Amino acid sequence: MKKEITLKINGEEFTEQVEPRTLLVHFIRENIGMTGTHIGCDTSSCGACTILIDGKSAKSCTLLAVQAACKEITTVEGIATTEGVHPIQEGFKENHGLHCGFCTPGMMLRAIELLEKNPDPTEEEIRWGISGNLCRCTGYNNIVKSIKYAGAKLRGDELPSTEPEFVE
Amino acid sequence: MIRCKTSKEIGGMGHSMKRKEDDRFVHGTGNYTDDVKLPGTLYMDIVRSPYAYAKIKNIDSSEALKIPGVLAVITGKDLEQYNLHWMPTLMSDTQMVLPVDTVMYQAQEVAAIIATEKYIARDAREAVKVEYELMKPVVDPFKALDSDAPILRSDKEDKKDNHIWHWEVGQKEETERIFQNAEVTVKEQMHIPRIHVASIETCGCVASYDKVENHLTMYMTTQAPHAIRTVIALVAGHVGLTEEKVRVISPDIGGGFGGKVPVYPGYVIAIAASFLIGKPVKWIEDRSENLQADSFARDYHITAELAGTKDGKILATRMKVLADHGYTDASANPSKFPTGMFSIATGSYDYSNAFMEADAVYTNKPPGGVAYRCSFRVTEAVHAIERMTDRYAHEIGKDPAALRFQNFIKKDQFPYHSPTGWEYDSGDYEAGLKLAMKAVDYDNLRIEQAEKRKKGELMGIGLSTFTEVVGAGPSKDFDILGIKMFDSAEIRVHPTGKAIARFGTKSQGQGHETTYAQIIAEELGIPAKDIQIEEGDTDTAPYGLGTYASRSTPTAGAAAAVAARKLRDKAKKIAAHLLEVSEDDLEWEPGKFSVKGAPEKAKTIQEIVFASYTNHPQGMEAGFEATHYYDPPNLTFPSGAYICVVDIDSDTFEIKVRKFVAIDDAGHIINPMIAQGQVHGGLTQGIAPAMYEELIYDDDGNILNGTLMDYLVPTAVESPSWETGHTVTPSPHHPIGAKGIGESPTVGAPPAIANAIIDALKPYGITHLDIPITPYKIFKALKEKGVLDKHIQEL
Repeated sequence: MKKEITLKINGEEFTEQVEPRTLLVHFIRENIGMTGTHIGCDTSSCGACTILIDGKSAKSCTLLAVQAACKEITTVEGIATTEGVHPIQEGFKENHGLHCGFCTPGMMLRAIELLEKNPDPTEEEIRWGISGNLCRCTGYNNIVKSIKYAGAKLRGDELPSTEPEFVE
Repeated sequence: MIRCKTSKEIGGMGHSMKRKEDDRFVHGTGNYTDDVKLPGTLYMDIVRSPYAYAKIKNIDSSEALKIPGVLAVITGKDLEQYNLHWMPTLMSDTQMVLPVDTVMYQAQEVAAIIATEKYIARDAREAVKVEYELMKPVVDPFKALDSDAPILRSDKEDKKDNHIWHWEVGQKEETERIFQNAEVTVKEQMHIPRIHVASIETCGCVASYDKVENHLTMYMTTQAPHAIRTVIALVAGHVGLTEEKVRVISPDIGGGFGGKVPVYPGYVIAIAASFLIGKPVKWIEDRSENLQADSFARDYHITAELAGTKDGKILATRMKVLADHGYTDASANPSKFPTGMFSIATGSYDYSNAFMEADAVYTNKPPGGVAYRCSFRVTEAVHAIERMTDRYAHEIGKDPAALRFQNFIKKDQFPYHSPTGWEYDSGDYEAGLKLAMKAVDYDNLRIEQAEKRKKGELMGIGLSTFTEVVGAGPSKDFDILGIKMFDSAEIRVHPTGKAIARFGTKSQGQGHETTYAQIIAEELGIPAKDIQIEEGDTDTAPYGLGTYASRSTPTAGAAAAVAARKLRDKAKKIAAHLLEVSEDDLEWEPGKFSVKGAPEKAKTIQEIVFASYTNHPQGMEAGFEATHYYDPPNLTFPSGAYICVVDIDSDTFEIKVRKFVAIDDAGHIINPMIAQGQVHGGLTQGIAPAMYEELIYDDDGNILNGTLMDYLVPTAVESPSWETGHTVTPSPHHPIGAKGIGESPTVGAPPAIANAIIDALKPYGITHLDIPITPYKIFKALKEKGVLDKHIQEL
């Protein structure tokens, strides 16, 4: 028996019939057709499916679509502004914060909430803050750097250098 | 150190150009296999065996078929009708697509469901009833050759045991003699654990067969699309899927690391299902299936020995390997190299003699093993030799750094011929280690360590000064299923001076769209931003063997440079024609040819390209295109000097990596930012098996940690802040002097970490611990040494 739900995704309202067991991530990817939210595991471990629900980061593989009824959801497709990219997108691009790009949407959405709660986090706070999101490619150094950069941009501070640093 | 010959505008080699591919990834518009949506797509799910070794008595699909939306349940018997129930592995062994009568490992594919929806397919998976008759599995590889062990591959005629192959290399008698007479010998038994690549994207495909055109389009997560197309044609040519009727498209890949080289049964079943039903069939495995059934990596049991003098001169090494391949040898090695490049195990040291041998056995575990971010078993080899180098240094009471300097192959010994048959192209091992030692302030660390030891604190310093062998490879020795391991590039420059270049390789995050463009920019002077790079479509790209084993830069990167040079030669002819001078009167600077002594008389590459379409010299072929298939004359030998400093909590034995410095020498660097990113990522994949990851099986062959809940992929918290640097010793035989970098850190990091931990525990008589080294392993080892009882009393 399908249920009707109405919710907003990236500001746009959708009303859809869903099976109550439909996971939110499948709803977003299959029913709505936004494939920027990824699936990397089946145990809520990897965070590739992280989205924002009413501004809070959540793993969309761990929620049912019906639980998101009447909520406002933000996915990676919804973070760029009309003026251009979101500072977190700029941060990841400028600082080589991604390789294969598969974990990137979830990582960025998690970081957006992190920076909202803590606009100037230390490296350790960033590392703990993204510890629910796995990346297999980058070794995390440049993800930390990307989030620091985005934080500076959001605060309006001087931007840190994006050049790689080497032991000389 | 890293120099740029081109302007930032051109963006050739040495520039830390931001990646061209990133826009689509940060906007969520990347196109991964699971994002491919075709009209009428059906979904496939797979019934898997709960047992490691069992006879299939019966498969009852009747209840599953009653579920609305379930179209088919495919079993081995169904595939048998088309002779598709077995397939070859890349090592010319055989692997079941679906079993007809026996399952060989837990999580093996047993039957496939085809349904109209993903959730319906999963429902049906639960409804398929399979009756098994359990058999006692072979789990321990050391027992696989026992006379009472069941013969696992009784499907093979004349198979009388579980032995797969024997391999050996080196000077057996001479090595034996050296060991008999040596002043010092050391020996350790070590296990390089069975691990998994665990790329964040799992494997999957959309197989789309068009019955009218008799044509298959296969979207799939593969690192080697052309090789896969050939394999499909070899396996299914007899049912009409000949090679011109197959198009393999590898879209964006969410990490590969070697795990997306093999052909998995799921791909083949999806093709068969689409072929039979005539609709697209999507199969995307879930994470647990990925960890439990897809090819593992490593799993080498190594007995390693080293002989030397009392004052630190290394003389010989002897290694004996037992390789656990699971139920079939599904490695993805070059054909003539069953142990891959394990014979690089004399490392960076000037050995006069060495002897290595290996035996592979079948067990009731998933097949493999793949070259996980490693040029075919180099990780295992490097771990063995770097561990033994420290072991020997400790034995004779010599500093491990001093011992390395004493035994390094010297800069002027290159090209160096190793006792196992390699010709190392170039290297400067002393320079790398000196830089690493300076960066960590090595001498002061040793002083600090001595003081801490007096107080009973556990601090360790570990070194790893490794040599890799990558870039397979020269056609005289290297092939996969008979196909030589060249790679290719095709450059097509449009009339307006913008270009597209296509390759036989396939990036999975390495940044080829940027780095290949930079190579071409370096050679042709066309700005890298104006060069589009395309890979992964067998209908458009030139044939190549794909991306793994750090081969893209050594092979396809070289092909790009050579193809670009062909175009530069053509450009010179056109420039001479346009400027009405002889070719000898022209000189090249990135982006233009000018007349010697009259630099104002010049033609830019864009003007020259335009002329190739509009005003080319009579008799010359029009257009501006070149293709090159590059057959490398030798492999490349990147090296590195890594130093790791650990502090171990003396109550909980928690291991903290305080500092890790990685100095790599990969020859000329194309993009320092990307190269560094590769090193960072590889280092985290190095700490993973060193401290966290191992696939563990119980005596019945049940996997005990087959999900990401308990297979411990490091997070940002476990991963230290890495420090990296370079020395630059170009490869003399590579067109751009590059060597490849993607795998050095995965190879070099585990022994640096293990050596640091053992160094911390050395005062307590511990000479070796198998990775992953966990607090519990340290606790157990100290307890066995009787250290802990005393420690606890003191507490």
